Amino acid sequence: MAATNLVKPDYDPALLIEEQGYEDHFHDHHHGDKYQSSFITHYIFSQDHKIIAKQFLITGIFWAIIGAAMSIIFRLQLGFPEESLAWLKPLLGKWITVNEAGIGTLDPQFYYALVTMHGTILVFFVLTAGLSGTFSNLLIPLQVGARDMASPLLNMLSYWFFFLAGVVMFASLFLSTGPFSGGWTAYPPLSILPQASTGSGAGMTLWTVSLVLFVVSVLLGGINYITTVLNLRTKGMTMWRLPLTIWAFFVTAIIGLLSFPVLASAFFLVIFDRELGTSFFLSDIYVGGEALDRVGGSPILYQHLFWFLGHPEVYIIILPAMGLVSEVLSVHARKPIFGYKAMVYSILAIAFLSFIVWAHHMFMAGVNPFITNIFVVFTLIIAVPSAVKVFNWITTLYGGNIRFNSASLFAIGFVSMFISGGLTGIFLGNSAIDIQMHDTYFVVAHFHIVMGIAAFFGMFAGIYNWFPKMYSRFMNETLGKIHFWGTFIGAYLIFWPMHYLGMAGVPRRYYSFEGFDAFSHFDDMNKFITVSAIIVFGLQILFVVNFFYSIWKGKKVTSKNPWGATTLEWTTPITPGHGNWPGKIPVVHRWAYDYGKDGNEYIPQVLPVSEDESEAH
Amino acid sequence: MNVAIREQQTQTRNKIHPLLFATLLGCVSITMMFMAWTSAYIVRQSAGNWLEFRLPTIFFINTAVLLLSSVTLHSSYFFFKRKKEQLYKGLLVLSLLLALSFLAMQYIGWQQLFDMGVALDGNPAGSFVYVLSGFHALHIFAGVAVLIVALIHAFALKFNVSPKRKLRFKLTLVIWHFLDFLWLYILTFIILQS
Ligand code: HEM
Ligand SMILES: [Cu+2]
Repeated sequence: MAATNLVKPDYDPALLIEEQGYEDHFHDHHHGDKYQSSFITHYIFSQDHKIIAKQFLITGIFWAIIGAAMSIIFRLQLGFPEESLAWLKPLLGKWITVNEAGIGTLDPQFYYALVTMHGTILVFFVLTAGLSGTFSNLLIPLQVGARDMASPLLNMLSYWFFFLAGVVMFASLFLSTGPFSGGWTAYPPLSILPQASTGSGAGMTLWTVSLVLFVVSVLLGGINYITTVLNLRTKGMTMWRLPLTIWAFFVTAIIGLLSFPVLASAFFLVIFDRELGTSFFLSDIYVGGEALDRVGGSPILYQHLFWFLGHPEVYIIILPAMGLVSEVLSVHARKPIFGYKAMVYSILAIAFLSFIVWAHHMFMAGVNPFITNIFVVFTLIIAVPSAVKVFNWITTLYGGNIRFNSASLFAIGFVSMFISGGLTGIFLGNSAIDIQMHDTYFVVAHFHIVMGIAAFFGMFAGIYNWFPKMYSRFMNETLGKIHFWGTFIGAYLIFWPMHYLGMAGVPRRYYSFEGFDAFSHFDDMNKFITVSAIIVFGLQILFVVNFFYSIWKGKKVTSKNPWGATTLEWTTPITPGHGNWPGKIPVVHRWAYDYGKDGNEYIPQVLPVSEDESEAH
Repeated sequence: MNVAIREQQTQTRNKIHPLLFATLLGCVSITMMFMAWTSAYIVRQSAGNWLEFRLPTIFFINTAVLLLSSVTLHSSYFFFKRKKEQLYKGLLVLSLLLALSFLAMQYIGWQQLFDMGVALDGNPAGSFVYVLSGFHALHIFAGVAVLIVALIHAFALKFNVSPKRKLRFKLTLVIWHFLDFLWLYILTFIILQS
């Protein structure tokens, strides 16, 4: 397929929309301006989905910096236990103990708190709210052809509940007893008994409050996303014409709607156990040699409830990234996505399966081995729809006229990460192998590559690609490419060695391996990992600088559709106002992937199907 | 398939109102929350060391009260649409009174449970009953707030059967029926399990 022969559209989609769009009399009422008139209502308590998307994104970036910085601090302690951390004393205060020789070390208790906060922040605040919150808000109304979300008010509340959850979590960092330190999964009894560790007191109380607020935020957002996709699509936008981004956000919201309430249930029972003396999750516990009088509960029960959310949650994180990547790959390879329907069905299959595999996190928790086998089978079946997606991405790229820019590079990087991390998932999914691997660095490597890095790559692809729509400017490409290559190589350097650590049995979440002779030869590897992590962290700061610099100083967008994409958001004005389209709303006539069709470079979704066109979707 | 036909198919728009749909989704998520507790109940019960006891009768009487409130609210909606202002307002007030008495009687039910020796911090069998009925009562509180808003609309605004007010009333109705259904689910679950 030679690109030079393809015809670029010579019509303005905006005129097409004026000619044959749908008149909904939106701008007759001026209800848009009513709540957009002052600075406060425009930028702070905004109900406009585009502003709310930016709020989610920037809050997400804030948390990402905090969460990542925490990991650097605990990695420094782990990689360089002999070096002095006294220079961190101004920041961390009493959590750094300086000995007579002037060597400062991180307090072990605070090490656990940092690990816990890192996990909680990244999983919930960054990769759930920052990713799905940002792009569902930005793209759902724009890509389905709606003026805004079904309920802009609930949408605004969704952000502010998230914000509040953040405030509470942030406050817990400054408690004299420190934030919660029992791991992001908050297993009892650490999460229930205040005497279990310092972080289990007020730290855990704030942690639960924060996450309950967070669940409310996710549910309000999700209800809106689902309703908007099902009820507010413009004329002609059938489900089978939706871009894959929308399919992904839609299914993500459904998973969230079904699984986050279960997490709330678990947390409420934890709160009862903590505050009201019930024993849902406590039994046969000895504290300081004395038996506790709380009996009859089951800590495994908590694990079931938690992982019933916990596993779907990892797909809540990865599906939006998959959607963004599918779209970005297709746009920048100038080819239709390969196997559109297979992509949709595999999203649905993954979503369904994600609800029946949770016990693979509990192979070593004493679950009945027969039940374990069933979960092994379901877990391994997830590899099938995952592989379908991977093959389709690669086939989409194959023979494409690929534009290698920051957006597409991150999308390609996503595919690489997802393959690498997915393969180790198959190891872990076998309960026999998991006996050795569970709670080792192998698991850490697995989920950071497949979820952490991959989801971040999806998010970066999305940010570079839709930045022009958000801020009417481009991000700097050179910095973007440095960001990509550095992060891509660096991420592998951090997490690849962890597989070896894990196979040798090095446990995760340990403060120090000093007492373990068997692991002493890994000291250098741990140093190497820490150094790589610092470099990658630096590159993310570069990204943040590029991001904020470009908001004000980036190269200006001069045409409505800089990427030559087919979807509706690129038919809006360069800086879309309230209601997204200045006049009528577009009517859709075709699917979102008409690239290189019948000699056309691309055909926007608003162009009617002509008589002599080959089969249209 | 013929392009023209397909074009037409795609133009049939969804008939259910988006806000009603969103409300139903909210009901789904609340149901999931309660289903999590009932599943936990089953898992915990099968592990043994489980206290067997009978629910005080008042919980059953209360069920009738709640069902009745659903009937009165639905009739109120019926008369609202038929422009029978007095019946509409009267039944609405009655619904609220029934709702409040449900809450009061649940409280008496909990006291009777406690007097039977089933305490919140005792055997999980009892704790679960308190959690299920307690969180249901919290939702009834929210439902009462919704009813009060409906009442304010009824008495402060001029009587007028506009589509907007019909929708508002319908949302109230759906929420209230849902809370009814939720209680029936909890009660049947507890009865079937013991
Ligand atoms: C081929 C598909 C996958 C399989 C078979 C798989 C299997 C597993 C198994 C068995 C574990 C438990 C290991 C242990 O604790 O001993 C695990 C952990 C984990 N997986 Fe996967 N996984 C897959 C894909 C994914 C994806 C796509 C994500 C996220 C996007 C993900 C995120 C995680 C996380 C976060 C954990 C660790 C949670 C923790 O203990 O803190 N996995 N995986
Ligand atoms: Cu899992």
